This record gives sequence, structure tokens and C-alpha cells, in this order.
Amino acid sequence: MTETTASRAAALGLPDTGPPRFDSVDDVRARLADVGYLSDESIAGVVHLADRLAKPILVEGPAGTGKTQLAKSVAEITGSRLIRLQCYEGLDESKALYEWNYRKQLLRIQAGQVSGEGLALAADEAPGSSWKALEEDIFSADFLLTRPLLEAISADEPVVLLVDEVDRVELETEALLLEVLSEYQVSIPELGTVRATRLPMVFLTSNNTRELSEALKRRCLYLHIDYPDLEREREIVRTRVPGITDELADQVARIVRSLRTLELRKAPSVSETLDWARTLVILGMDSIDAASARDTLHILLKYQTDIERASKELLTAGS
Amino acid sequence: MLDLLSGFVTELRDAGLPVSLTEHLDAAEAIHYIPLEDRTALKYALAATLVKSSDHWRAFETAFEVYFAHRTLTEAGEEGEEGADGELRESAASGSGDRPGRPGMSGAGASDSMSAEELAALLYRSLLIGDQGLTSVVARQAVNRYAGMEPGRPVGGTYYLYRTLRNLDLEGVLARLLEEARNEAVGGGGLTPLEERLIADEYQARIDKLRQSIESEIRRRLVEDRGAEALAKSVRKPLPEDLDVMHASRDDLAALQRALHPLSRKLAVRLTRKRRKGRKGALDFRATVRRSLSTGGVPVEPRFRHPRPAKPEIMVIADISGSVASFARFTLHLVYAISSQFSKVRAFVFVDGLDEVTRFFEGVDDPALAVHRINTEADVIWIDGHSDYGHALRVFNERYGDSVTSRTSVLLLGDARNNYHASEAWVLGELQRQARHVYWLNPEPRDYWGSGDSIVDEYAVHCDQVVEVRTLRQLERFVGELT
Repeated sequence: MTETTASRAAALGLPDTGPPRFDSVDDVRARLADVGYLSDESIAGVVHLADRLAKPILVEGPAGTGKTQLAKSVAEITGSRLIRLQCYEGLDESKALYEWNYRKQLLRIQAGQVSGEGLALAADEAPGSSWKALEEDIFSADFLLTRPLLEAISADEPVVLLVDEVDRVELETEALLLEVLSEYQVSIPELGTVRATRLPMVFLTSNNTRELSEALKRRCLYLHIDYPDLEREREIVRTRVPGITDELADQVARIVRSLRTLELRKAPSVSETLDWARTLVILGMDSIDAASARDTLHILLKYQTDIERASKELLTAGS
Repeated sequence: MLDLLSGFVTELRDAGLPVSLTEHLDAAEAIHYIPLEDRTALKYALAATLVKSSDHWRAFETAFEVYFAHRTLTEAGEEGEEGADGELRESAASGSGDRPGRPGMSGAGASDSMSAEELAALLYRSLLIGDQGLTSVVARQAVNRYAGMEPGRPVGGTYYLYRTLRNLDLEGVLARLLEEARNEAVGGGGLTPLEERLIADEYQARIDKLRQSIESEIRRRLVEDRGAEALAKSVRKPLPEDLDVMHASRDDLAALQRALHPLSRKLAVRLTRKRRKGRKGALDFRATVRRSLSTGGVPVEPRFRHPRPAKPEIMVIADISGSVASFARFTLHLVYAISSQFSKVRAFVFVDGLDEVTRFFEGVDDPALAVHRINTEADVIWIDGHSDYGHALRVFNERYGDSVTSRTSVLLLGDARNNYHASEAWVLGELQRQARHVYWLNPEPRDYWGSGDSIVDEYAVHCDQVVEVRTLRQLERFVGELT
């Protein structure tokens, strides 16, 4: 098994990345559970595969189902540093990959002028060696500002790269990611190509506000995280909310499941479920009745119409 | 195994999923790393490498069940499962002697070991305690008894499923379970509405599980009978965006409705983006100079003013008579979901009379609700409630013709089946002279245009474009081009 990882790394011209991070799917599951992230078969399976195939994972799903948390938890269990690239509209390569520190470059040139060593600023005046030296000097690594993608590639320690909400960038900007994702390298025209010394684990998350390009999808393993089923949600509530009784956790999970079957503008997410459960614990409740549910419903649901519909459907008789 | 995978990939492609060669190779590599006897792991490995959109999951799952559910690599697992079933069944059920071997296709009723009453009792119990193993036993027995499967018939199994479910009378069972729960709670003061709802949802979830398990049981037997390739073809599920809106079943419509929401959101985001970055505005000299101060007076980064492109005005005139109602519903929904992209949207609906329905959309943030109100409240019947495009157009021109200006795009939705009334196509000609564009969206396949009482060709002369829009995909493309 290790051979294939090694050979893939070799094919990419990368050093062997050492032993795989996880032994088996169950290993992933157990270690994720240790840090309080309850995975299921599919999550653990894909993480395991991503490690073996040295491929990035594209995580999609509704908001608040733990996509970002997954990357954080994987970083935690593998003892890696998490490098996060938050995407937004207008993100460009100077924010994602690298940027020349042109202010510093200007200073360097001016400093040279003052000290008299680099008088030949304009190349046509004296195309001597001093200009060449200066040019080489100001386009060296010292004047390079590394941004998350380059940082993840060039890091010496193990890292997990999280590209958050990748659907927010424009289609054209997505292309910036491609080289990093498939070859684990970054080409800088003035410096040459920077290759990864260790393969980072890469997570991309998307809220599916637009279709990602085929090219990007092709390079990734795809993982869809949906709302958890009843048992898993109950477990999540139990692990993440200290001091909750089993009965209350069960009730919370069941009410949330019923809410999700209604046609709401925004179904309650896992993080909202947790907030709700915490609130109930703080209020000192052991079980939920209709009145307390109605009073705290606004924590789960964020639209007035949703709240009205939910209380009508769930809390009044004859529905 | 690799051959099987190739067959599977071909099937996925036939079902419309875009699976590239690289993804195929990835899948082939991925299966090295998972234990082959683990069906779930295999499923997720294949899903992660081959399926890159959650909309395609249903199609993938169906194909997966057909291909991998019960073949070669699971022979061993299968036996174990049956053994467990047997034990369970013996302890759970009446212990009515020898358990049936693998129920072959040789007349499904022959090897029945459970009577109808026993099965009903077992069903009740399995739902009451919600046990997974028991549920699958019930599914197997129910299919044995009720599906009446005939070998060799080229069907997808929907009918078998229907027959089994009808005989099981799940609604009756659900009612009994709820009754039971209510009776139990009488001592403790009865059930509050909340509790009752929660219990009902719980049982509903268990019933859904049973239904799935029956479905896969039927599918399994069909695979045994006819082989995966043949069956895959008959159970293939089209992707939601490819469903033919006019002939969609109720389930399909629900799927469409679900697909519509993210679709309209995506479209809105894309259009906003397109608009924002499409053209750059004029150079903002002041801002550029100010910016250049930080680079020693060199204007490294020019600044531009924000562009303000004109937004078009839209008038939608939709036929909402029975034949094309669902199509009109989706289009209205979509147009309104992206109404921020237009400076003004007005909607009209007609059957043989015409009514403006813009008011239903105002101040409502859920287009679905507005569309529902249109169907119940709009005044669209003039004489007999059969489509009359000619009259509707004439009324439109009389009442609203003046508000059609050179900035307006007029969208007409309908199949132009006019029940042999007068076409009054000249009205459309008038409109075209005033409006910026006139488009006709026809939900019928292009081949049917002009057949029978369809007079779309008469109107087509006066339209800038007549488009066939049968699926959400086509609809999305059209609306995207409109702005």
C-alpha cells in the first residue's frame, strides 16, 4: 500500500512522504472521535482515501454541518499546522499565492541610489552588472511575501491546508488553485518553481452557491456532508454539550429532525442544534415541553416565517 | 473487478453523469486501499472519486445498488447476513419451521413460510422497536409474499414495489402504532402535540427505512434475474435538471422543486458577478492619483468607477391551463428568484382570460408561496377554461399594451395549443414593434410543434426567438442569457 503512495509522490517528483497518516478507516474514525469530531463511514472513508491517494478533498454541504471543523480536527489529530485561506470575491493571486513586496523593493533601490552603488537604475544608461545584480537581488526570496497556498507548499512541518468557501471566488481565480492541488507546486516566473517538500493534506469547502469548474472537481475527492441522522446528531450533542442528560439530548435531536422535514427557508444546522442544546442546559432544563420549545425556538430558526410555521406545525394539536 | 468498474462507469455516463477518464483511474486506484468485502467503504470510495455533485447522488446510488449490491465481492458477506437473518427470524417470529433458502425466481409464492397474519405481526413489531435486522427480514418476507415477481420481464420494479406496499398497508400500521402510543400515554396525562408529532416522525422514519429496504430487495432479485446491465437501464433515474417538466410524476416534481431553489440561487449569484465585473467603468482619475502616493507617485494600480449597466424590464405572460401549469410555475418561480437582476418584473397569467399577478409576488419572500396563491386566486377564466391564446393576447394588448416599452422583454410561456380558436397573431406583431425582444418558451418537444391544434408557428413569425424549454437545465440556460 505504501508503495503506491511513494510511487505517486515519486511521479510528481516529490520526496517520499513517509508512512501514511492513518492505518485504516476505523483508525480515522477513532482518532477523530478523540478530539470530539464524530464522523461517519463516508467522512472517515474519504479522509482515509485522501491520505492514501495524496489528493485534496472537496467538502460540500449545507452551512453549519462541520465542514470547516473537519479540517481543523484532522489537523489536530495529525499534529499539523492548519493554514487557512478564506476565499472571497475578488481574491487574487497576490492574496492567495504570493506577492512581491514592492515597497521593500523600492526602498532597496532607493537605498542603493543613496549609497551610490546602484546608480544605473535605467538599464539603457549603463547596462552593467550592477543592474543585473540589483534585479536578481530584488527578485529573491527575501522580497517575496508568501500567502497561504505558497506557505502550505513550502512549509517544513506537516500542514493541513484549508481553502474555505472556495465557491466564493470567481471562476477564473479557481484556476490559481489547480497547479497547487494537482502538482503540489507553485510557479513563480522570476524565481522558478517551488515544489512541496512534504505533501500537505488539503481541504476545500464549498457552500454550493455556484457550480465549481470541472477542472477543479476532477482533481479532488468529493465529500458531501449532509445533516447527520438521528443517532449521530444525538451523539454529537452528547459529546459537544457538557452536562446534558441523555434524555434531553435525545429530545433535542428528535425535534431537530422533525423541524428539518418541514419546508423551511433555513433548516436548523448542527451548530444551531448545539447552541440550542447549550441554551437548554444553561436554563437548567431536563426535558423540553411545548412552552419552553416555543420560547427558545429563535435559537434554532432565524426567520420569523420559519418560527411561525414550526410552532404551528409542531406545537399545536391537530397538525 | 476492473471490468466491473468499467461497466459501472459506463452506466454512470449513460445516466448522464460526467465521469472523466482521470476520475475513472482514480476510482481504480482507490479500490486498492479499501477492503473489498466492505460494501459501504466501496460505495463511499467510488462516490468520492466518481460523483462530484450532490444532485447526482440519487442516480449514483441506484446504479451502485444494481451493480455492486449482490455480486462477486459480496458473496461471502451475503451468506453471513442470511445466517443472521435466520436466527433473528427464528427468535422473533413464530418459529414456523424451516426457513426458506435463497428465494429463487421460481414462483415467489411457493416457498412462503409466513402467513399473512404472521407477517403483519412481525411488521408491526419491527416498526415498534425499529430494529434494523428485523426490518430487513420483513422486507424480504413481504417481497416473497406480495410482489408476485415474474422472471424475465423487462421492468424496473416500480410495479412490484407498489404491489408490495399496497398489501402491507403501511398507513394502517402507522395509525395503529400511533393509537397504541396514545393509549399508553393516557395514564401519564396523555400526549402533548409536540410528543405526538415526534413519535409520528419517528415511526415515519422507520417506515421509510422499510420502504427502502423493500426496494433494494426487489432490485436485488431483479439483478439475479436479468443481470445488472439490463436492469440498470430500466431503473436509471434522470438527473433532476434533465427531467421533462411536462411529464414529471409527483415525486419528480418534488425533486424539481428542491432542485429549483439552489439553481435559482446559483443563477442569481452568477448573474450578479457577471454584471459586476463584466465591464469596467471609466478610469477614476482622482482615486488613481491618491492611490499612487503610496508608490511614490507612480500610478501602479489604476482605479475605476463602478459600472452601472442598465437592467432590462421583464414581462412574463404565462399559460397556466392544466397541460402546462407546472412548467409555468417553475418559470415564474425562477424569474422571480432572480428578479433583482431586472429593473422591473411584471407577471401575467391566462387560460382564456388574463390577469396580472405581480401583486402576489410583492412583499413575499418566498416565490413558492406566491405561485401557490396565483393558482388559487388569479382570475383567468373567461368562458370555458380552455386555453385561448388569441383572446388572452388581445386582452393583454388592450389593457397593458401601453406599458410595453423599448426596454421591455416580453416572455410568453405556453405550448400554443389553442383549441382551434383564432390565433390573433397580429397582436404579437404589435408587441414586437414596441418591445425590445419577444421570446416564446415552449415546453413541448420541438417535433410536436405545429401538430394538432398547436399554432406556435403562427406566433413564431413575430417572436425574436422561440425556444424549446423542457427541462430545468434548458430553462436555466435561457434565463441566464436573458439578462
